[in-house]
Amino acid sequence: MEAVMFYVLAAITLISAIFVVFLRRPVHNVVFMIVTMIGLAGLFLLLHAEFVAMVQLIVYAGAVMVLFLFVIMLLNLETVNPAQDARAARMWVGALLSLGFLVLMGPVLKMIFPSGPTVGAAAFQPGMSNTEIVARELFTTYLLPFEIVSVLLLAAIIGTVIVSRKRSG
Amino acid sequence: MIQFPVVNLGGILPALILCIAGLVVMLACLFVKRGTVTVAAIMSAIGILAAGAANSPLRVLNETAFSGLVSLDPYSWFFNFLILIATGLTVLASVRYLSDDEPGAYEYFVLLLFSGAGMMFMVSGNHLLTIFVGLETLSISIYVLAGIIPKNPKSSEAALKYLILGGFSSGIFLYGAALLYGSAGSTGLPALTEYFKAGTFGPMALAGMGLLAIGFAFKVSAVPFHMWTPDVYEGAPTPITGFMSVGVKAAAFAAFVRVFFDALGELQVNWTEILWVLAALTMILGNLAAIVQDNIKRMLAYSSIAHAGYILIGMVAGTELGTAGVLYYLLAYTFTNIGAFGVVALVGSKREANVHIDDYRGLAKSNPLLALVMSIFLFSLAGIPPTAGFVGKFAIFSAAIAQGYIWLVVIGALTSAASVYYYFRVVMKMYMEVPETTPARLEFSPSMILALGIAVIGVVYIGIFPTTYLNLALESVKPLF
Repeated sequence: MEAVMFYVLAAITLISAIFVVFLRRPVHNVVFMIVTMIGLAGLFLLLHAEFVAMVQLIVYAGAVMVLFLFVIMLLNLETVNPAQDARAARMWVGALLSLGFLVLMGPVLKMIFPSGPTVGAAAFQPGMSNTEIVARELFTTYLLPFEIVSVLLLAAIIGTVIVSRKRSG
Repeated sequence: MIQFPVVNLGGILPALILCIAGLVVMLACLFVKRGTVTVAAIMSAIGILAAGAANSPLRVLNETAFSGLVSLDPYSWFFNFLILIATGLTVLASVRYLSDDEPGAYEYFVLLLFSGAGMMFMVSGNHLLTIFVGLETLSISIYVLAGIIPKNPKSSEAALKYLILGGFSSGIFLYGAALLYGSAGSTGLPALTEYFKAGTFGPMALAGMGLLAIGFAFKVSAVPFHMWTPDVYEGAPTPITGFMSVGVKAAAFAAFVRVFFDALGELQVNWTEILWVLAALTMILGNLAAIVQDNIKRMLAYSSIAHAGYILIGMVAGTELGTAGVLYYLLAYTFTNIGAFGVVALVGSKREANVHIDDYRGLAKSNPLLALVMSIFLFSLAGIPPTAGFVGKFAIFSAAIAQGYIWLVVIGALTSAASVYYYFRVVMKMYMEVPETTPARLEFSPSMILALGIAVIGVVYIGIFPTTYLNLALESVKPLF
């Protein structure tokens, strides 16, 4: 059952990711990006990572992608036609580079099918939900980075205010 | 019952003080009507001095805090001081650059302090997570600072380019960290050390190491990951360019050295070759491209790329002497480059005028002292005794020769000979040529004079009496070996 679910979700994710790259209209790209994100969220659920799955849905499929759609609507990209000339050459160069990278990463890809038990899976404890574990770790072991992130967010907010005020003032 | 970790605020006090100083500046300056910039600068300077005082105890410690996420050791101590020097000099050099009525006048200092705090977390990070969060804190602040000049398309372009490429490099760094986590089951540096000591690592860990190296190479602007540097350095406000060229570079190198010597030390044979190639390419391309630049900020940007190459030689050498050379070089480079960019900011005045090398014609006639100071900085960049730049290059080159990297040192020596040409071109313009138009009067501010004075004294003093500082650097790298 789990294997079937995995292959279905993986197929959805991969096929919509391919659509993201190859479709020409920006709105279509974004919609398929959302499907990719939902597929990934399903994969995380299969791994018993409920928290990450929900974050994936709320933050990526929800907030980030809606932002993308807004930007596309505001810019009215439908009317923009990208230049055609360099496209073919660029595609070939890109294909060659990706092929080279694939060859380089071949040994890594092979490791995706490990034979022994995987490390890091020990964190999964039955009887304790994934969200609870994440919360515990966040507020105990990883307390410091969690607090540094608040400084990061403050800096980001100040930056946003400066940039937008510069535009209006 | 949840077990809370031991909270050791004393250990991270320097960074904490910078954060608090940033908050204080942000809130207090809301109520300041006149002289906002001066007040903000004074408060920032007080914060930086307090952080410096709080940093001293770290020198004798050798422990970790916050469940092993940060390490408090002489290495963190050294880099914290370096970052405080860079931040402090930038604050001093920025005062006259900003005006009170502009948007972002005091937020500038807030972001500067936050980025300083991010750098400190990055250099003391003992876990890839801490390093990454520190890296992002400093990056986000710097993206905004690069684009803070109002109504200047070049500045906005710099911010956007840096944001996009910086985000890209952060992504690559995270990918590397994820692959290491997948192999070792942890991203703590001690756990990674143990994992690699056990010797059962596969190609996935090696790929992770490679991606981490790329992420760091972006931040230190090593060739071929240097594309963003000239444009960003040219468009950003000049004091910020100075800060980027020393602060960000020092923090990135600090984390680079700590991760690669501490956690990935067992893989030294694997990464030395990569860094060899990076160092050679960086020195050659940086120096050759700098020769043809006419804009002094672009020239210094390419020179900063070239210096990343020299520093990489120290990492290639791999011994304690080599890494100590890296630390000393970064210290020397901090004083030198902040000074050089300070002079550029002074000559360029507020609106980024006079950034052409020809604008330096006859500076020795109109401002003999400023010309002399600039020449000292350029001598130090070129590596001419008795300046600090010479000792730095000497320390790094001799460590590399001792390890048998003769060819790398030959490339380094040849390219630094070539670099003398473009540094001396500016000196020649200042002393030998006459300006075509009457030069504009330069506005000297007390804080800028103080900044340049400290920088010049630093360059000359640690150049003439290098032994103390070399020993300090040696002592600081002890925890890594």
